[in-house]
Order: sequence, then structure tokens, then C-alpha cells
Amino acid sequence: MRFSGFRVLAEALTGHTGWRPLWRNPDPQPAYDYIIVGGGGHGLAAAYYLAKTFGKARIAVLEKGWLGSGNIGRNTTIIRSNYLLPGNQPFYEFSMKLWENLEQEFNFNAMVSQRGILNLIHSDGQRDAFRRRGNAILLSGADAELLNADQVRDMAPFLNFDNARFPIKGGLLQRRAGTARHDGVAWGYARGADLAGVDLIQNCEVTGFRIEGGAVRGVETSRGYIAAGKVGVAVAGSSSRVMQMAGMRLPIESHVLQAFVSEGLKPTIPGVITFGAGHFYVSQSDKGGLVFGGDLDGYNSYAQRGNLPTIEDVAEGGMALMPMIGRARLLRAWGGIMDMSMDGSPIIDKTPIDGLFLNAGWCYGGFKATPASGYAFAHLLATGTPHDTARGYRLDRFATGHVIDEKGVGATPNLH
Amino acid sequence: MRIECPICGSRDRREFYYQGAAVAVARPAPDAGAEAWDDYVHLRDNPAGWHDELWHHEAGCGAWVVVTRNLTTHEIRDVQLAQSVKEASA
Repeated sequence: MRFSGFRVLAEALTGHTGWRPLWRNPDPQPAYDYIIVGGGGHGLAAAYYLAKTFGKARIAVLEKGWLGSGNIGRNTTIIRSNYLLPGNQPFYEFSMKLWENLEQEFNFNAMVSQRGILNLIHSDGQRDAFRRRGNAILLSGADAELLNADQVRDMAPFLNFDNARFPIKGGLLQRRAGTARHDGVAWGYARGADLAGVDLIQNCEVTGFRIEGGAVRGVETSRGYIAAGKVGVAVAGSSSRVMQMAGMRLPIESHVLQAFVSEGLKPTIPGVITFGAGHFYVSQSDKGGLVFGGDLDGYNSYAQRGNLPTIEDVAEGGMALMPMIGRARLLRAWGGIMDMSMDGSPIIDKTPIDGLFLNAGWCYGGFKATPASGYAFAHLLATGTPHDTARGYRLDRFATGHVIDEKGVGATPNLH
Repeated sequence: MRIECPICGSRDRREFYYQGAAVAVARPAPDAGAEAWDDYVHLRDNPAGWHDELWHHEAGCGAWVVVTRNLTTHEIRDVQLAQSVKEASA
């Protein structure tokens, strides 16, 4: 079933009776060549590229709940490639290029909208830092523009420019950044993977790994043992729990991050705006809700809910940046569990166990990485070698000192 | 969340700074070797259950405390002064 304008029209004229489920619901086979643990954005994308781009067959995705039930359905949908470090920026720019062609690629409306991201500047020192970051972005082949206060005022006149403590002096703008429909991304990859022959197996929890002679042979699941040639784990939020079943300890802590949405409003916010003096960012969904968030709650947690102090902190950041937000009613707040790594950067690597691969540590930047993460993980599973843009994301980089610490705060997961 | 400080009594979570897993009460010797130090600095159990962690009562008495907290429910079972935990394990 291909989606097209013609198809929508034809269905409208025939009472929408022709739509079919987007994917099959198969029972697990006794054995696969490739098993992806985790039916979230990264796992589904990995399965998709493994089948479509790398031409592999006999692939299954095992999901404990329903597809896209974790952070792919809980994030604030921002896509961008405005990183500083050479270990990160080429990867995220690769991801941005995949985003730009994603809907044509998998024939599904992911509502990718390149409405721009504006990082605000509040001091001379911050302008210097952003100028440096902008230059690094340009050198990587991505786009960045340094704006002065008047240019920011033209874009977003509602901001609090003359705040006595944090006046707005300018901004770093990336026009190709934006937002996407997060669930649509998961569904698009799931549908594309299913069409390419991948078995998407839901309500199938992995309860253990069968490891013999230092190599993985298969996985124990709530639906029985499934043999596998290679197993890729993409379960951010629960990486430590799952890898513990393979006897591994990870450089990761699980933390709760809250997100918020207001009642629906008329178009108000031109793109994504981030407050440079506190941690607050906001965009507007296509339904009209202001989608915003800020810091982690700050303590380890597997509960998908946060506490009031962080809600107050985020609200204060919002009021400091754009006082008009105080007139909007908060509709919902929710939490997701982040794989906070020790240097703030992810891991896409093989493990000491032959045939077992890990995709983890996405902190709260995993959504924008979904296409590149899936592609790079598929590349690693299919070829045994890392994708060019993901070479730095090694599991052993902490032991060897080759950390990729974008913020330079060291081994403090809750500060990244 | 409220945390029962052994010195000040029950206090709001806002008074405390969170450091992380309570690995510092068993810090390796300076010459313990690279592997032990990598383990200490970077690797964590990160259990989905009871977790010993270091909090600093920075807006109170200034004590470092070891809080035993459930990471799935946020329930707190025990709070002790980090100093006494360290002395007990020495």
C-alpha cells in the first residue's frame, strides 16, 4: 500500500474502506540472522536500513510493549545538526540529510518541518562561544548564521529582550533544523521495515541472552527462545538493565527528563527557540500546542514521571524568556527515561561478546539522531565496521580517554 | 520528594544537590590501576530498583548523605551520613 495524494482522494471517495494495517503482526520464527532488541525509533530505523540499504534478510525486531512506546513517542521532536565537536557534528549532519529525504525514502508523512532553531545569546562570552560553534558547523558542511539582536527581534518580537539580568544580544540560527512528527517517524520506519520483510514482534520481552564460548547464540524472551546470528540492542533508557543480562556494566545512568505541552494556540512561535541563560526550549506543534522543556530532574530514575521542582524551574525559564507564555495553560507534563552517558555522547559499537552490538547512551538528544543512528547501527551489524560518521562512538572510549564531551563537564551524567 | 537528613530531619528535595551513585564511599587506592579507576569513574550498576546514592544537603547542614532510594518508585528506604557509611565499610 503506497501513500499518495491520489490514494487519499480515492479513499475519500470510497468511504475510507481500503486502508489496511501498516504492518503485519507475526509470531516469532525459531531463528533469525539479525535480531534488534527494542522497537523504538532507533531499533526500527536500524531494521529498516538493514533490510533496505544493506539488503539483509531474516531480521526481527523484538519489542517488550508496543512499537514506539518509549522515548520516540515522548520527546519534544527537535531535529538539528548544530554540534561543536568533530566526533559529533558530521554524524548529526548525516542525520539531518537523512531527515531531509526521509518521507520520500519511506513513503510516509513524518511531517518533517525545517522551521529553524534559534539559540539565544545573552552575553559577549556566549557570543564568542556561539561564533566558534557556528564556524565548526559551517566547516562540517551544515548551515549556521549568527544574528544580532535586531535580527532576532524581527523573528521573535515576543521575547523578553531587555531582561535586566539576561538581555538578548543575538542568536545562532540554523535554518535547516526544525521538528518532525515523532510517532510518524517510528510508524514510517516500522512500515518500511515490515514491507522489506522484517518481522516486528510486539509484546515480546527479552529476558536473557544465550551466550556460549564468548559469542551470543540467541535471546530468551517472554515468547520463548529465539536463535540469532547477530543481536543489536537499542533500548535507550533501559540499556543498563538489558546489558546487565549479558553480564555488562555500562557508562550510563538512567535519568528522568520531563516535557510539557500547552493548550493549542494560533501560530505564535516561528521555529525552535532555546534560552541561552537557563535551560529552556520551546517550539509549537502543528496542532498549536507550545512544546517545551528544560533540565533533567537530576537524579537517577526509571519512573516515567518527574517531580515538581523541575516543573517550576522550567516554568521560570519560560517566563524569563517569553513572559507571554504565562497566559497559556499547561495541558500536560510527562517524563521519559534517558540513557545519560558519562560524556554526554552516544555509543554505537560492538561489545566484548561476539555478535552482540550496542546502541545506547543517547542522553536527551536521541530523537534527532534517529535516522543516522539506525543507519550507522545497521552498517555496523551488516559489515562489522563502524559507519564513517559514528567512528567515535566507541564503548571503550571512556577507558582510553577518547571521550566526546560536548559540554566539557566530565563524568557527570546529570549535567550533560 | 522529601529526604530525611540525619541531622536536620525531613527536608524538601530542593535543599539537596544530587551527586550520583555512592561510589565515592569506596574510592579505589591511588595506585589501584587504570581498570579500577575506569570502573570507579565511568561504570555504574544503574539498577531498576534500590540504589545507594550521594546527596549533599547544600541548603541545610552541608552534610553528605547516602540515600537508599528505589529508582522505579522514588521511595526512600534509608538515609545515613556518608561519613558513617564510609567508616562502617572501612
